[in-house]
Amino acid sequence: MQLNKELATKFYKSMLLIRKFEEKSIELYSDQKIRGFLHLYIGEEAVAVGTMHALTPDDSVIATYREHGQALARGISANTIMAEMYGKVEGCARGRGGSMHLYDKEKRFYGGNAIVGGGLPLAVGMALADKMMKHNRVTIVFFGDGAVAEGEFHESMNLAALWKLPILFVCENNQYAMGTALRYSESQTNLAQKAESYKIPAHQVDGMNVLAVAEASEHAVEKIRNAEGPVFLECLTYRFRAHSMFDAELYRKKEEVEQWKSKDPLSIFKTKLEDTGIWNEIDAEKIELEVEDIVRKSVEFAENGTLEPLEDLEKFVYSTGAQDE
Amino acid sequence: MSKKNETTFREAVREAMRQAMINDERVFLMGEDVGRYGGCFAVSKGLLEEFGDERIIDTPLSESAFTGAGIGAAINGMRPIVEIMTVNFSLLALDQIMNNAATILHMSGGQFNVPLVIRMSTGAGKQLGAQHSHSLEGWYAHIPGLKVLTPATVQDAYDMVHLALADPDPVLIFENSLLYNNKGLLDTKALALPIGKASIAKEGQHITVLAYGINVLKSLEAATILEKEGIDIEVIDLRTLRPLDDETIMKSVSKTHHVIIVDEGWKTGSIAAEIMARINEQAFFDLDAPMQRVCSAEVPMPYSKHLEQSALPQTEKIVDVALSLMDRS
Repeated sequence: MQLNKELATKFYKSMLLIRKFEEKSIELYSDQKIRGFLHLYIGEEAVAVGTMHALTPDDSVIATYREHGQALARGISANTIMAEMYGKVEGCARGRGGSMHLYDKEKRFYGGNAIVGGGLPLAVGMALADKMMKHNRVTIVFFGDGAVAEGEFHESMNLAALWKLPILFVCENNQYAMGTALRYSESQTNLAQKAESYKIPAHQVDGMNVLAVAEASEHAVEKIRNAEGPVFLECLTYRFRAHSMFDAELYRKKEEVEQWKSKDPLSIFKTKLEDTGIWNEIDAEKIELEVEDIVRKSVEFAENGTLEPLEDLEKFVYSTGAQDE
Repeated sequence: MSKKNETTFREAVREAMRQAMINDERVFLMGEDVGRYGGCFAVSKGLLEEFGDERIIDTPLSESAFTGAGIGAAINGMRPIVEIMTVNFSLLALDQIMNNAATILHMSGGQFNVPLVIRMSTGAGKQLGAQHSHSLEGWYAHIPGLKVLTPATVQDAYDMVHLALADPDPVLIFENSLLYNNKGLLDTKALALPIGKASIAKEGQHITVLAYGINVLKSLEAATILEKEGIDIEVIDLRTLRPLDDETIMKSVSKTHHVIIVDEGWKTGSIAAEIMARINEQAFFDLDAPMQRVCSAEVPMPYSKHLEQSALPQTEKIVDVALSLMDRS
């Protein structure tokens, strides 16, 4: 991948935005502005940023409950994401979804699915519809290593391969299904091999390296657009923070976390830019200020948002108003 | 000009799907053995030959994935009909039905509706044992975001496919498998009674009998028997279990002052219980006697014929309960 100033700025800014947005979210959670579950993506930013780079606005995205990164990288405004986490009407799902259920029709962002593996069959259907209607679209679906143990994973792999559907499967292997390490949950810990057994081309990718992810995604998307069927990327990554805000992290050693932190996707990207001399070309200080501004404004936006009136409680259960009661 | 033809319940469902597929290229059928086999109950027989394997899709035994795929395709512009062979297997797709189909419109703040139709056979009575004899339509009616249809007549077998396809939200159609061979008159040009409207299958003065699916027919049989006893029951075909047609129910209760609910679900936590609760809330002072229920016995369905038949609502039981309610036993 030809790295230039423009691309470097885009990747760096996008990853930094996710990082800063989530660091702010932690504060807001402690302040009880954000409630419910809050699953942080910190450490995994390169996966969302690298994969999204390969998509066009017409492609479709399905993500998991740990999806702030995907939502931001897809271009959903930080304002509406923050407002969603505040439970405000101005949120990207009108405060009905929360952190785990971000949606944006304009960005073709089909949620935040909070049942592990539950988004995979949806991706099969999205892609099936595109194939039937002859749309040259790609559906990208994110899921963690934990999802690989679910039946829905295997059913979906089989259908996608059998019907040669235009899907990019992105397995974010962050080594843990909540608190259970991969070695305690899978007889075969090479997850790409599982996809290969369904005759899906599959690759393991360094998920801490945004360029590696972006390159692998571009190749994959090209094949998918050529109607060659689905592709599977296993992005090896790590979450630096706890599973959610309720996790005491009893299941992993601090040394392990520190070891992975030495591969921080922002740091290694910066080093790469320094090595190639591009770091001097991009205005890192300006990027940082811009990102901080976006985050600050998102908080203002959310703070100033409005609460849905209680009389609308039962809206959006059916499309055509309150048909049932 | 309306023209009525005699046809079977099975053919009515098939013809409805056929017409829908002719009229709307977004409609397709997907499920286990719907194509080459012709459908487990032969409902889709011949459709593969007519529409090809891109629109009549045989799926692997992956209820969760193909039901979820139906949801995804619906969100993305298609009008899928997913056939789950029987309600028993729908439990393998329950995550998709409940956590996705029923919730996505709401979770997305109204951005993404799911115009999906799921058809499945339901019911006991063929000695298929405990795992192949469920009647869980009342259970599905518990879930906000879904609509639950239970055709009893050939006309509804046809109309409900069209009603469901025209609906912007997920609709589940429960076809009692004992009804497929039933014959009746079908008018393909008739104006369908909408989702959420019950119909009066037989007018009467003394008791309101509320039923759906196959039990509408058993209730009508009971009506004939009871007529000889001088008891004139009103049989209401609920048609839709969610939303329930409270208006029609209460209107009938206010006329007859007596209620029997016939439901193949187990009594505990049944749709029959829900209907009783609603009548209690809305029409308690119209009642002259405690409401009665004819439900399935609280056992996993036994294989042995006499036990199975005894576990199910039957015409004779409806008659007995009606006689007792009118104090003529």
